[in-house]
Amino acid sequence: MSLEIAPFGPMLRAQTKIELLRLLRIPWFTIATIVFPVMFYSFFGLEQAHMPYMNATVGLYLLASFSAYAVMSLALFSFGASVAAERGSGATRLMRAAPLRPLAYFAGKCIASIAFGGVAILLLVLFARVTGGAVLSPPMLAVLMLRLLLGSLPFVALGFAVGYIAGLNASVAILNLITLPLAFASGLFVPLDQLPPFVQAIAPYLPTYHLGQLAWGAIGATSESWPRAALWLLGYAALFTWIAVRAYYREERKEFA
Amino acid sequence: MIAADATAAVVFRNATKKYGDIVALDAVDLCIERGEKVAILGPNGAGKTTAISLMLGLRNASAGSISVFGRNPRDAAVRARIGSMLQCSGIPEYLRVDEALALFRTYYPAPLPTDDLLEIAGIRETANKRIARLSGGQLQRLYFALALCGNPDLLVLDEPTVGLDVEARRALLATIAGIAKSGRSVVMSTHYLEEADAVADRVVVIDRGRIIADGSPSEVKGTVGRKRVSFTSSVALDDLRFVRVGDRYEALTEAPELLLREIFARDMPIENLTVTGATLEEAFVALTSGGKANVA
Repeated sequence: MSLEIAPFGPMLRAQTKIELLRLLRIPWFTIATIVFPVMFYSFFGLEQAHMPYMNATVGLYLLASFSAYAVMSLALFSFGASVAAERGSGATRLMRAAPLRPLAYFAGKCIASIAFGGVAILLLVLFARVTGGAVLSPPMLAVLMLRLLLGSLPFVALGFAVGYIAGLNASVAILNLITLPLAFASGLFVPLDQLPPFVQAIAPYLPTYHLGQLAWGAIGATSESWPRAALWLLGYAALFTWIAVRAYYREERKEFA
Repeated sequence: MIAADATAAVVFRNATKKYGDIVALDAVDLCIERGEKVAILGPNGAGKTTAISLMLGLRNASAGSISVFGRNPRDAAVRARIGSMLQCSGIPEYLRVDEALALFRTYYPAPLPTDDLLEIAGIRETANKRIARLSGGQLQRLYFALALCGNPDLLVLDEPTVGLDVEARRALLATIAGIAKSGRSVVMSTHYLEEADAVADRVVVIDRGRIIADGSPSEVKGTVGRKRVSFTSSVALDDLRFVRVGDRYEALTEAPELLLREIFARDMPIENLTVTGATLEEAFVALTSGGKANVA
């Protein structure tokens, strides 16, 4: 007897491929997640790259900051905007009617997002090295990538939540409204001690601040221990997952019950 | 699998679907045998899309049950044997046609070759095009190719020609009619009896969530048995059974002889008299506006 359902491997490979194509072919996506971090780094980081800052240099510090920003915005947009687009276009219905396995669908998005995040960080590191901004040692790079990969989980959950709640156009606006102020107020664009006092006061309560702490810790420029940052992010991950799951089931009841 | 294979393609048992207080499908019993080509016919809001959503496992029945090949339509193994074209359907527009087909082929255990799909759907020349650049007709043909990807035993098409111009509609229907000859079961919903006629050997008419007629296209038409009586007259005709169409008076009746006897008895001058069988369209309008017709 022939197989009843399709094998998982090729399905996952195909899902991953279309997610990568999405990231490559939708220009604003590539600009927001790859071009912006490099551009911001060249604006903010290069001039004073060699000045010492927080046991490191400005160049290294901002390299970690913008790596965190790239990973965070990637997690938010690649999950949030794509889920909103699929819901809006009816692709969700077609995929549900087809025997696509949900695990392949979610895993494809995750793998593509991780791969893209890795590329975004490597490009940034390469850019910093070529322009003389900073040199990141391979062990530091490995620690930075691992920390940011795990630290991006709350933003994946938040992306899903937005994707299930908002329509496509609204989702992009909402995601921008989340990404830019959060990144700014957490010191990812401009170091925190140069921001107004009230921003410095609220920063330690923001998820992006703790993602930043994980990144800065990876280059030894830390002000918060990593377990503390990880705990904060875990708490946010739980909160955002709860919201995302609720939004998902609301959608299920509305569209597929 | 032998036991399962002996079952019907689709069975609705007393299936009801409510959205809040609205009853979209009302205690429907329906059995579609393997190899049958069934058109589900009805006006907007009749329950066609609801019936199809239940069949595809996109929705759950509020009461009663639906089985496809003897199993729950939400089973992945059942969905692997169904191909569907939906209303309000989408596919990521940044993909090329061949990429979309390659993706959907991985969803099925025994997919048809991409070349065959392009050929059958008649979209070979668009294989390298981005989906965003397809015309409406090409897009519907792509959806048709996606529905065929898994070499399905059951093809479910929800108003496949909606939004197409006359030419594209006719071409797509011919393609569907061609593939329907292959021994697959086909369920197609439509507003148009001519479409049902082109594809189906059985017509199920639904209105307000209930089946009001079920039979072959000719039975649906024949059992309604209405004739169109039409003539011109130089004298104004004051009879509510007749409507004025251009310069003609027309009436649909099950008893044209009686009606004509009445008209002749009035001694009014009539010309250009014709008595013709009602078209499928008219049979449909008659069915959906009145009570249930008993079709053999």
